[in-house]
Amino acid sequence: MKKTNSNLSRRSFLKVTSLSGGGMMLGISWFASAKPEDSLAELNIEPVWQEVTSFVKINTDNSIKIFSPNPEFGQNVMTSLPMLIAEELDVDWKQVEVEQGNYDPKAFPRQFTGGSQSIRMAWKQLRTVGSAARQMILTAASQAWNLPVSELSTSNGMVTHAFSGKSETYGTFAAAAAKLPVPKDIVLKGNESFRLVGSPQKNVVGPKIVQGKPLFGLDYREPGMLIAMTERPPAFGMQLKSFDATAAKKMPGIVDVFAIKVYQDDHKFAGFDTRSFNEVIAVVGKSTWDVMNARKKIKVDWEVASEKKEMGMNHRENIVPSGLESTKKHYAQMLEMDKKPGKIERRDGEPEKAFAEAKHVIERTYTAPFLAHNIMEPTNTFAHFVGDKVRFVAPIQIPDMMVPSIVARLGIPRENISIELVRMGGGFGRRAYGHYMIEAALISKQANAPIKLIYTREDDVSGGIYRPSYQLTYRAAFNENKQLIAFHAKGGGVPESPLHANRFPAGAIDNYLAESWVIPSNITIGAFRAPRSNFNAAAEQSFLDEISEYMDKDPIAFRLELLQRAKDNPVGKTNDYDPSRYMGVLALVRDKSGWGKSENAGKKRGVSAYFCHNSYAAQVIDLRVNGEQVTVDQVTTALDCGVVVNPEGAKNMAEGAAIDGIGNALFGQLTLTDGRTDQRNFDTYRMIRHNEAPKKIDVHFVKNEIDPTGLGEPPFPPVFAAVANALYKATGKRFYQQPFQPQLIG
Amino acid sequence: MIKKYSLNINKKVHQVEADENIPLLWVLRDNLGMEGTKYGCGVGSCGACTVHLNGQAFRSCLLPISALAGTEITTIEGLSANGDHPVQKAWVDLDVAQCGYCQSGQIMSASALLKNNPNPTEEEIENFMSGNICRCGTYSRIKKAIQLAATK
Repeated sequence: MKKTNSNLSRRSFLKVTSLSGGGMMLGISWFASAKPEDSLAELNIEPVWQEVTSFVKINTDNSIKIFSPNPEFGQNVMTSLPMLIAEELDVDWKQVEVEQGNYDPKAFPRQFTGGSQSIRMAWKQLRTVGSAARQMILTAASQAWNLPVSELSTSNGMVTHAFSGKSETYGTFAAAAAKLPVPKDIVLKGNESFRLVGSPQKNVVGPKIVQGKPLFGLDYREPGMLIAMTERPPAFGMQLKSFDATAAKKMPGIVDVFAIKVYQDDHKFAGFDTRSFNEVIAVVGKSTWDVMNARKKIKVDWEVASEKKEMGMNHRENIVPSGLESTKKHYAQMLEMDKKPGKIERRDGEPEKAFAEAKHVIERTYTAPFLAHNIMEPTNTFAHFVGDKVRFVAPIQIPDMMVPSIVARLGIPRENISIELVRMGGGFGRRAYGHYMIEAALISKQANAPIKLIYTREDDVSGGIYRPSYQLTYRAAFNENKQLIAFHAKGGGVPESPLHANRFPAGAIDNYLAESWVIPSNITIGAFRAPRSNFNAAAEQSFLDEISEYMDKDPIAFRLELLQRAKDNPVGKTNDYDPSRYMGVLALVRDKSGWGKSENAGKKRGVSAYFCHNSYAAQVIDLRVNGEQVTVDQVTTALDCGVVVNPEGAKNMAEGAAIDGIGNALFGQLTLTDGRTDQRNFDTYRMIRHNEAPKKIDVHFVKNEIDPTGLGEPPFPPVFAAVANALYKATGKRFYQQPFQPQLIG
Repeated sequence: MIKKYSLNINKKVHQVEADENIPLLWVLRDNLGMEGTKYGCGVGSCGACTVHLNGQAFRSCLLPISALAGTEITTIEGLSANGDHPVQKAWVDLDVAQCGYCQSGQIMSASALLKNNPNPTEEEIENFMSGNICRCGTYSRIKKAIQLAATK
């Protein structure tokens, strides 16, 4: 199959295997040395897989099982990924049973949940799986009936010969199909022929969820399993000095108490190895309650850690500073950094000269605090270490990224690691960092028992891997006609910069300067739904609102004007965004929200738009303010993520993004005093609740034929600024510091 | 102190030997293997562990076993035989869940609300449900599902 129209690698081919029950199983793989004439027998050798893969099983009774390869954390890929296969396979969706694939890099090389990439990466690959299986069924039917394939058709899992009226199930031909060579040319449907893709389908796990079935890692148990928790430093910047577990070990149900080191001192840190504390005290016992109680009895001496150098991959040295850090000091440090020259990330035209000659300059500084992920299912993992093998049942977004670290820490071969993937009770980036798997394996090894490691909510909130604290200062220069002549973005954070120098409005303004800086910190940070974008959008889209007001322009018209410039005559060589798609969501949200219509004149509304993760989103938010209470009456979201595979799931995600964004914009903050987080549970960390959610959310998709470009993250970042801009309309006050709601008090 | 307790859960009597301070949440999950009731915060602030105690919604993480004598406890496993309680059906019909972790608790709160107030106003729904956090942000769908279940 050298030539297909599915854009797969030339070395790719499909793999068929017979099932013991007489059905067929089809996967897609990328074989290093595949030849077009490879037969089934040759395909049975151990493959080397390189990219996305998935399986479909067809049984003789015509039941269809489709494996969903990617970890599921609520983005509903367990429904939408199998839909891609079922579409091309031409089966009735009701025939299909979906099962979560376990970690298996040979079968499923891209088991990655993050970056809004699941559907985008699977779009052609999984459809190819479905199409190939359908073609093989057709060939088998043609041979059985001695009729040309061209006279046969498929529908809803049936093969039909229209002239004779013959009709049989796929299952009838599955065994014969499994013995056929893989087709050389695989044709995918044109978008106009989709029947399942684009039709709203319910979450396939919905009925189990509403019955509280044990779907999650925290629900896992097996005979002989013990419970483990870890006692860790009370503050960032502290480490274990010594401990006395005599009393704790005497507590009921306690099996052992010991210290573990998550990584060795010479560990080369890869991208997802982040952990809050390296040395922790493990408490192992018979039940959660026993372990919780025993934790309180450990006598521990913690000490302030000295500066550390940690080796990253590529021999990059990362400095982890000493000290007990505080939010107040972080904000002061960030203001200091803003006064110093930053690292120049982009420079178009002559920004310094333009600012010097400007008739008017507007400068505003935006800040945001750390945010905790607050995944509803606290961090956990089951591990059983036996001999030189370890078996996990783990909620993990990117298992493949953790395996090398597990290999390095436990000194066992890669093939001795098995991971059962379980549904995750939220992720948002937090479960990309699987240090807890290493902790669980080490504890199981030392305790010589199967264990389930559980973090309490306090452990999760106070020892997290947070969204960094950021600051961005924007300056806009105007000439005597109030025309925008120069733009300057200078941003940084603790400990990373949020700046995306090549995103809008870069490309739309002749004189442009972008600078970044960072402040080293021992507070651990990581990906949080739309990393960096979630702050950039908040700051940039608030600033554009404010300068459009100075320029006496409508906020949407002003943005469209800038985008038109970027489209017609872009400044600079590298602009990361497509101005047309950007304009598309702005126009859609304008029309759907009735922006500028006289009947909406009294509404306090704000608009915002942003591009990230290959997709475009815009929101208009209508709200009211009464004292310190904000009531959001309506959110109108416009989204361009290309073809929408499952509109029901997609709408749910976009609605959730609006609520998540409003909650974090108004209330979200993780602050620190002397290295200790001021929030430790939901009684102190304010989350948005039912009575604070928008009264109405409308989601509209731009209809186009663009291959899917991602959905989970893009509708989240613009929400923050839409809230800020609406709050300005409601209060006459601009909001520069997140969270906004505390500024309404007093 | 370890004592013997007799608990009436989902119309069945369970004998449990446990510490007198252990919250019902951990009795259900660890002692009885009923994992539909979820752990979210342990301090009664998120509602993931909501059960019915004599027909009223309670946070099981705050209910010590010693306080449960003579009460009728219902968990998500006992809400219906086959997941066909009107609230559960409405949840499926309106495709409420994202990650789904908080939904047991949301459903237990919603079913308690409707039991005591069959036709709640929007405001009553919002206020009653405000003890249940959904991190994925499915609040709008939850409200619609409760309104749908109220018509059944």
